[in-house]
Amino acid sequence: MSRVIEPEVAERALARALANGGEFAEVFAERSAGLTMAIDESRVEAAQAGSAGGAGVRVLSGGTTYFSYVDGLDPADIERAADEAAAALRSDSAEPRPLKAAAPSSPHPIEQPPAAVPAERKAALLRDLDERGRGAGAEIAQFMASYAEVRREVAVANSEGLFTGDDRTRVRIGAQAVARRGDSVETGAETLGGHRGFELFENDPAAIAAEAARKALILLDASPAPAGSMPVVVGGGFGGVLFHEMTGHGLEADHIQKGASVYVGKLGEQVAQPLVTAYDDGRMPGEWGSDAIDDEGAPTQKTMVIEQGRLAAFLYDGLTARRDGVASTGNGRRESFRHLPVPRMTNTYIAPGEIEPEAMIAEVERGFYAKSFAGGQVDPATGDFVFGVSEGYLIEAGQVTRPCRGATLIGNCLQALAAIDAVGNDFEMKTGVCGKAGQKVPVGTGQGHVRIGAMTVGGTEV
Amino acid sequence: MIEPARRAVERTLAAGATDAEAYAVEDAGREVRAHGGEVESLTAATQRGIGVRAWIGHRVGYAYGTDLSDAGIDALAQRAAEVAGVADEDEFAGPAELPVRLIPDMGGKGAPEPATAPDLSDPSIAAYSLADVAELTLAIERAALEADPRVAGVEQAVYADSNERVAIASSSGISGEFERSSCYGYVQALAESGDGRETGLGFDLGRGPEALDPAAIGREGAERATAMIGARKPESRSCPVVLEPTVAASFVALIGGGLSAGAVQRGRSPFAERLRTEVAGEALVLHDDGLDPEGSASAPFDGEGVPRRRNALIEGGTLRTYLYDTYTARRGGATSTGSAGRGGYRSQPSVSTSNLIVTPGTLGFEDLLREAGEGVYVTDVAGLHSGVNPVSGDFSVGASGRAIRGGELAEPLREFTVASDLVSMLRAVRLAGADARWVPFGGSVSTPSLLIEAMTVAGS
Repeated sequence: MSRVIEPEVAERALARALANGGEFAEVFAERSAGLTMAIDESRVEAAQAGSAGGAGVRVLSGGTTYFSYVDGLDPADIERAADEAAAALRSDSAEPRPLKAAAPSSPHPIEQPPAAVPAERKAALLRDLDERGRGAGAEIAQFMASYAEVRREVAVANSEGLFTGDDRTRVRIGAQAVARRGDSVETGAETLGGHRGFELFENDPAAIAAEAARKALILLDASPAPAGSMPVVVGGGFGGVLFHEMTGHGLEADHIQKGASVYVGKLGEQVAQPLVTAYDDGRMPGEWGSDAIDDEGAPTQKTMVIEQGRLAAFLYDGLTARRDGVASTGNGRRESFRHLPVPRMTNTYIAPGEIEPEAMIAEVERGFYAKSFAGGQVDPATGDFVFGVSEGYLIEAGQVTRPCRGATLIGNCLQALAAIDAVGNDFEMKTGVCGKAGQKVPVGTGQGHVRIGAMTVGGTEV
Repeated sequence: MIEPARRAVERTLAAGATDAEAYAVEDAGREVRAHGGEVESLTAATQRGIGVRAWIGHRVGYAYGTDLSDAGIDALAQRAAEVAGVADEDEFAGPAELPVRLIPDMGGKGAPEPATAPDLSDPSIAAYSLADVAELTLAIERAALEADPRVAGVEQAVYADSNERVAIASSSGISGEFERSSCYGYVQALAESGDGRETGLGFDLGRGPEALDPAAIGREGAERATAMIGARKPESRSCPVVLEPTVAASFVALIGGGLSAGAVQRGRSPFAERLRTEVAGEALVLHDDGLDPEGSASAPFDGEGVPRRRNALIEGGTLRTYLYDTYTARRGGATSTGSAGRGGYRSQPSVSTSNLIVTPGTLGFEDLLREAGEGVYVTDVAGLHSGVNPVSGDFSVGASGRAIRGGELAEPLREFTVASDLVSMLRAVRLAGADARWVPFGGSVSTPSLLIEAMTVAGS
């Protein structure tokens, strides 16, 4: 494959971008190709191949970002985007520095490029999932699974002389089961994905189908969730979405700089008990939220955001770092060349603690076990969050007892973070897709079991 | 854009497809973000792309791309035919056929008028320069700051517009093109008080910037943020609930999703097997109208070229029809309701709502509160994508709002959930207010406030 953009083309575009002034200009070019397909009603369908090539050009001047993008990677296309980005500026031209190529090696080697794997094998994988999901029980009424692969080759050049790139391949499968008994209908879902090639599916990928079916079947026996405030034990893996929402977003520097985060002014303060240490790590090998560089060309890194309960760092992209006079933490991410980079999480997790999950549950007299979530949402400014529980149970006298349906956890970030009173010694990472400012990016979430002393469970049983 | 679409159909047939359809879009868009009296970012760009469906017998595949050169379209055509070979046979798969017979109008008003598409393009988009819309965005922010001294700032004021040209062509003889413009503005205002920070969203939408009222957008954001100062949790109980139009719209959009024949046929809708049965209180009248002059989803034809129309969904408390695209209509022995939606050229068509419209009632907002007596007024919900089971219709979502005491608004409430299921909620709709507005969350919806007889409120 040829390079996404030649350095001479990038240099010319940067010069044109600064033709009417500006302190900084950048070209982000991208070539992507992907394939998705699904199985539903035991039929392979929705086979879809997509490709895109284009570039986004931005110019920073004063406090303003001027941005344009173009579909197409011909030099003329990219220059047109540069001209359009510069069109609204009214100053004297500025000179970009000559480009100095840097080629970071990706810590995420791809063993089996998915594009080289015959489509029939991908269809066969979906049929395996379907068979496993449907075979999990007579009450499985519906089963769906999906497969997605994408390769994104990106290049970043800027007026400070940076010229770098990344070659990113991701694969992901998802399974969703619907169980039915009389009038009761329940669903269960599970995913598996990574910054990996088709080798990710070597080790029993259909296990996610069985897991999705198990979740749906368990809920058939569920009773309505309780409503009220109680201790909550959050499961490992996708339970980490709780930390992603209630803390991660509030640490993104754009929210901080606008005063729209509950963590404003709290750097260095104790915001959690000392048993909580947490990271954002864009370098975890093969993880779903990992990349070699961010979408501004800064190397990704491991950032300790909570150190033994103390708020240790915010997450920066280039623009917010420039404002605070610090270095980017490699968190400038964007959905595609059609979007501006903003501070985003990569893989965010609470580091494992000391206690066995069973022991943590045994200490709860009456509470709720939120084993897995369907997702969540937070308003970083107020700290109010909400999570939909996809698999939940009552805890009675230190034991996990009956499954509950329809539970939602709500609360406030600062209170909930401070109320974490146990962190388990288990650990798991899961894949998610995070939305912010109208852009979706792949993120990893993780943790072991975590207990929150008191939290509001919103169920239907008053 | 019709030329590349036609060429793509020809090339896909040449690549071995027995049928083909192409959908091409060109979209010129602008976005302005403002913060602290300054323009934070200005984006102006044109994007284009094309999506091709290829059928080989009853197998279907899809490919999309951004390269509209002859070579690019050739590659796309090859790829679409190639991936069709991976799919299993589906006897109902095939392109839309015209002329489309319209199903008898379920509302009993006789056959519908032939569709005349409203004018969807607003010249004020072209008349407003980038500097003009930047000024409009700054005006939104100023209005929020000036509305109330307790407004400490805004997270962001945003303006965005789009002028798109959409074309579709198929081997079954469909060929059409239209132009449509739209814009919106919003602000996220921040109010500070002794016990914390509150946010409030103000927004407006229309076909062009002339239709937006920046002062009203700013004021709404400020009012919503300051209204929440001092909010606390309500007591857990089951009580009457009044849904503000933006909240009602989110639920109406979920209901619209359940009325998709695709969800129904695959046994994934709470409305399956409820056709022509009682599903709602008499007060809830719901239409899907793909031709409404104000609706942002209006178009002369849907995502596969079938004319858009007005569909009566719920009238007299009865479910009148599901929404069909060509595939689900063939499969269900029905006729397309012009409901094939597209998320742009990057997605294949599937059944979706166009503009969902809840018929307003006659009672004012104060009357609705009086009728509620003791209850909760919900002004915001969160976690809809994770708190709703779209198959069973069960939901539990985070909410904030105000208490209703003695038929009047009382103290602000936050950090509680409302829970029910979609069908029970519809049946419990007692009154629709007169205060309808367009809301763009989760679809294009116009709805007034709704009074729900009872919902579970979980707080402390």
